[in-house]
Amino acid sequence: MSLWEYANPTRFMQTSGKVLPVVSVLSLACLLIGLVWGFFFTPDDYRQGSTVKIIYLHVPSALMAINAWLMMLVTSLIWLVRRHHVSALAAKAAAPIGITMTLIALITGAIWGQPMWGTYWAWDPRLTSFLILFLFYLGYMALWAAIENPDTAADLTSVLCLVGSVFALLSRYAVNFWNQGLHQGASLSLDKEENVADVFYLPLLVCIAGFVLLFVALVLLRTSTEIRSRRTNALISRERLS
Amino acid sequence: MIALLRRDIKLAIRAGGGFGLGLAFFLILVVLVPFGVGPNSDILARIAPGILWVGALLSCLLSLDRIFQLDYEDGTLDLLATAPLPLEAAASLKALSHWLTTGLPLTVAAPFLGVLLSMPSEATLWLVISLALGTPALSMLGTFGAALTVGLKRGGLLVSLLVLPLYMPTLIFGAEAVRRGAEGLPTSSALLFLAAITAGCTALLPFASAAALRMNLR
Repeated sequence: MSLWEYANPTRFMQTSGKVLPVVSVLSLACLLIGLVWGFFFTPDDYRQGSTVKIIYLHVPSALMAINAWLMMLVTSLIWLVRRHHVSALAAKAAAPIGITMTLIALITGAIWGQPMWGTYWAWDPRLTSFLILFLFYLGYMALWAAIENPDTAADLTSVLCLVGSVFALLSRYAVNFWNQGLHQGASLSLDKEENVADVFYLPLLVCIAGFVLLFVALVLLRTSTEIRSRRTNALISRERLS
Repeated sequence: MIALLRRDIKLAIRAGGGFGLGLAFFLILVVLVPFGVGPNSDILARIAPGILWVGALLSCLLSLDRIFQLDYEDGTLDLLATAPLPLEAAASLKALSHWLTTGLPLTVAAPFLGVLLSMPSEATLWLVISLALGTPALSMLGTFGAALTVGLKRGGLLVSLLVLPLYMPTLIFGAEAVRRGAEGLPTSSALLFLAAITAGCTALLPFASAAALRMNLR
């Protein structure tokens, strides 16, 4: 039993069909518990008031925005090295989800920034690098949409994803050089004694789990949709030939 | 190799030329800016480094679709792909000829356009150095973008969407170097970063470009 068995679309469809309902229900449960707990049963922050509660959407979506790109990087590499179609389709499926997460992070950040920083937008390194990430997603999706031959599209977008990753990372650190930040530093780290205060921390962890599961569910769903549409196209062209 | 380089440069200069066009676009852009922000020379002097760098970026972008498109249409690219010369070398040469026909003229022209924007004279030297260090990276990245979109009918708009995010680190360090130079601060760290980006792009991107070309030609 190895991971590569799922390179077979049939195996992938079977397993994802079984896993998908479980993951969806779990994700819904986590999000419901986490968001309701976070929104209604945690105290207001003594300085930020109730605006602190946007953390339950902002942090998990920002986390997933970056992780979605990482997933695309890994699946693109697998496609380039081992030519598994499911991998390329998973990368294609993850991009719109990743861009949505990026948008959610940017918009919730702007909504929070207006009362707290007094501005919707500042050219802060973190904000700017997220905007750049958004542009990379846009380019990636545009390239997928522009090329007709699906294999060529998968090849070229994979190469773009590899080169783009390097430059997205480079931009992330280049903007530090360019402007000082307003955004707070990392407040969730595994190696730190104290992170965010526990009352906020636990519901936040539940929300993060919910977002991760939501992402997995959406990727599985979209990948199997892609596989189905590939099959339909193959069947249609076979019909035409015969 | 030299024959290919000479052919590309000749084509760029002669055939309906992307050569003068990029420069003219750069000039027009710089002329437009004072109309947009007003003739106040203090403001112009402050934004001049940024405007000149953004202008150089956009002028580079303008001639990208000429790198491979014509060769792809008349079959030269297929010949290049089967020639004994590795495709990576051909991609580097294409980038080099693109730089010689856009990046280099832009670097030479930039100080004169800086005068139009009343850029402080101490910044001029840094502008030339930063453009000379940074524009080869722009040509390399542009060649990669052109290689990705070579099979497409209307790749022009798509190329800008793909390439401009990749240009961002170069722009940040380039403009920062000139800004620091204008204020009399040390510029070496920004210039070193810029040189590092160019060196990295020159070393690695031809492989990516050649891979993209092979995928498009298959």
